[in-house]
Amino acid sequence: MLNLTANTFKHGVHPPENKEETNGLPIRQFPFAPLIILPMQQHIGAPSQIIVREGQEVARGQLLAKANGYMSVPMHSPVSGKVRKIANVPVISGQMAQGIYLEPFPFSSQEVIEGNPIPLSASPEEILQGIQDAGIVGLGGAAFPTHVKLKIPEGKTCEHLIINGIECEPYLTTDHRVMLEQADDIFMGIRYLLKVTGAKGVIIGIEANKQDAADHLSGRIPKDLPVKVQVVPVKYPQGAEKMLITSLLGKEVPSGGLPIEVNAVVVNVATTAEIGRLLPHGQGIQERVVTITGPAIRKKGNYLIPIGTPLRYVLEQVGASENISEVYMGGPMMGVSASNLDISIVKGTSGIVVFGDNDIKKTEKIYPCIKCGACVDACPIFLNPSKLGILAKFEAYETMAEDFNLMDCFECGSCSFVCPSNIPLVQYFRLSKGIVRKRKAALQT
Amino acid sequence: MTILIALLTLGGLTLLLALMLTIANKKLYVYEDPRIDVVEGMLPHANCGACGYPGCRPFAEALVNGEMLPGKCTVSSEDGRKAIAEFLGVDAGSEEKRVARLACAGGLNVAINRAKYEGLTTCRGEALISGGSKGCSWGCLGHGDCETVCDFDAISMNEFGLPVVDEAKCTACGDCVEVCPKDLFSIHPVSHRLWVACKSLEAGDGVLEDCEVGCTACGKCAMDAPNLISMVHNLPVIDYSKNHQIQVPIQRCPTGAIVWIDEKKGIIKGAEAKKIIRKGKKMLGES
Repeated sequence: MLNLTANTFKHGVHPPENKEETNGLPIRQFPFAPLIILPMQQHIGAPSQIIVREGQEVARGQLLAKANGYMSVPMHSPVSGKVRKIANVPVISGQMAQGIYLEPFPFSSQEVIEGNPIPLSASPEEILQGIQDAGIVGLGGAAFPTHVKLKIPEGKTCEHLIINGIECEPYLTTDHRVMLEQADDIFMGIRYLLKVTGAKGVIIGIEANKQDAADHLSGRIPKDLPVKVQVVPVKYPQGAEKMLITSLLGKEVPSGGLPIEVNAVVVNVATTAEIGRLLPHGQGIQERVVTITGPAIRKKGNYLIPIGTPLRYVLEQVGASENISEVYMGGPMMGVSASNLDISIVKGTSGIVVFGDNDIKKTEKIYPCIKCGACVDACPIFLNPSKLGILAKFEAYETMAEDFNLMDCFECGSCSFVCPSNIPLVQYFRLSKGIVRKRKAALQT
Repeated sequence: MTILIALLTLGGLTLLLALMLTIANKKLYVYEDPRIDVVEGMLPHANCGACGYPGCRPFAEALVNGEMLPGKCTVSSEDGRKAIAEFLGVDAGSEEKRVARLACAGGLNVAINRAKYEGLTTCRGEALISGGSKGCSWGCLGHGDCETVCDFDAISMNEFGLPVVDEAKCTACGDCVEVCPKDLFSIHPVSHRLWVACKSLEAGDGVLEDCEVGCTACGKCAMDAPNLISMVHNLPVIDYSKNHQIQVPIQRCPTGAIVWIDEKKGIIKGAEAKKIIRKGKKMLGES
């Protein structure tokens, strides 16, 4: 069954993996924090609409907020407890956004209440609705509502369902552990996804550094499922949707297009497992697997953490050292450096990587571009980061977007990683993309 | 002979092309009011857009067409506006001078930074990295993007890393409004002297932890001027359509978040506002 191919995308980088310390540690339940802080904007789209009031007692798994429109998902209570306050809470974007402060009951058994089960025999529309009702978003980090992604547009067909178990981000071992420990959930999720997308074949893409997970999964494929496990070479950003399609199918997703253009749908493996685990019980997401690692953490590991657990509490529990210098939500390549420890774990948090003062090289002086072309050789989608960087410096944002395909950049960070002049290229591009989007929106109104 | 052929060919070609150009000039002629050029010459050529037009030439066209009055150009001098008005034979019109106002008073001496930022030294760059290092989510990041973008040198950063607007130089072009990632600038008529210098939507002591001069939403200003000021989302909102030329609301403000921007004396705080004497940077945990 195992199909080791050398097929992969061109370019890319090889950052140090640093996964050895946590990839052998089983997933462990994390304790409940004395106060849960639950922002309503945990996904891409409209924030969820709160339907509970202050002082109300809620059960674990109870609906706290409903989806506000199609491009939104509901929010379920991660604990049995009391709504202490509905107020602004700090979120990773640095803003304060509406959220709920929840106080767990100290001696509650914390049982999850059952909802309306969605059986496998349900229609695709019912399953899609069930996925939205469960509050499922892309757990790889982007937090894009899964039901929107799975909706196949009119006139398009989905042939390949790709389950993304790549996890190319250094340090993180979340998906690795999920694949080893939740194989049954993953295959159950695949059954639901097959029904929704109508795909003919399923490929589970796994990077070569997780051979044990590949062996584990391929040994457990149910006879009636058209599933193939494919191991791809270790390279960053292998786990990016478009790169993975190139590696597995040999096709390129057109510029500005979605994977459905090449008849494929890509779903993260942890999201698949969550669909398979929650839908048969009609429950919503209350917790997620997070890798907590980095040189400044004493008790590294993969933890099942209730959504909304404050970052400060998490760091206390895992024994973070005193001189924390940088905390990354997500991996070190694409994650966001937190400026505030009062934010909480959200659905999109796949890992927390913590560095102390002496563990991380301080940003050196930024030198001018020497036009060495290292970034051009690293960019997986064949942009010209060198030229783009120079244009960004001179604020030629329109030229960047129109002549140099800035908007195709998905901010993987390979260019910044290889730049010998320490130019923060990705930061330039994120900034430029934001400005281009803002100007376009201003033109339309 | 050869020379003659060459001369005739080229000469003929010249005449033919000249004829075509002449015909094109007559047939495709577009009449343009000659006054537009003159008026454009009298405008300041700042192309700032404060008048609402993309640049000085479109504004000159609007002036000649009578759609606008010269007073709309706040960059011109009084004499310049009069000259245009006389030339066109219209009333100069009076436009109240408008300036950019900053809704933040949290300089380095009063507001803490909870993190250290490394990267692009622009506010817009820093705002991308989880909102920047400032303790207050709404506060000025202090890299001076507004100072850089201002074409008129009207904005300068003071010693505490806060932009200060020179009312005399400001033309209300709105470049600083657009560039600020925290949306702290807004364009107001210069007569709006009662001003809320805070954007924090938080209330209570939580605000003071991050910034000593933030609005704690105590509501004293709204109590003292109930018709003028209302509290919306933990911030006082001044209804500028009412009479706002009073200094009553600032008097009892405990932090000095609501101020009076005096023409000569600059920013005036109320009598009960706490005095800030710290000259250095405020550190985390310092009270």
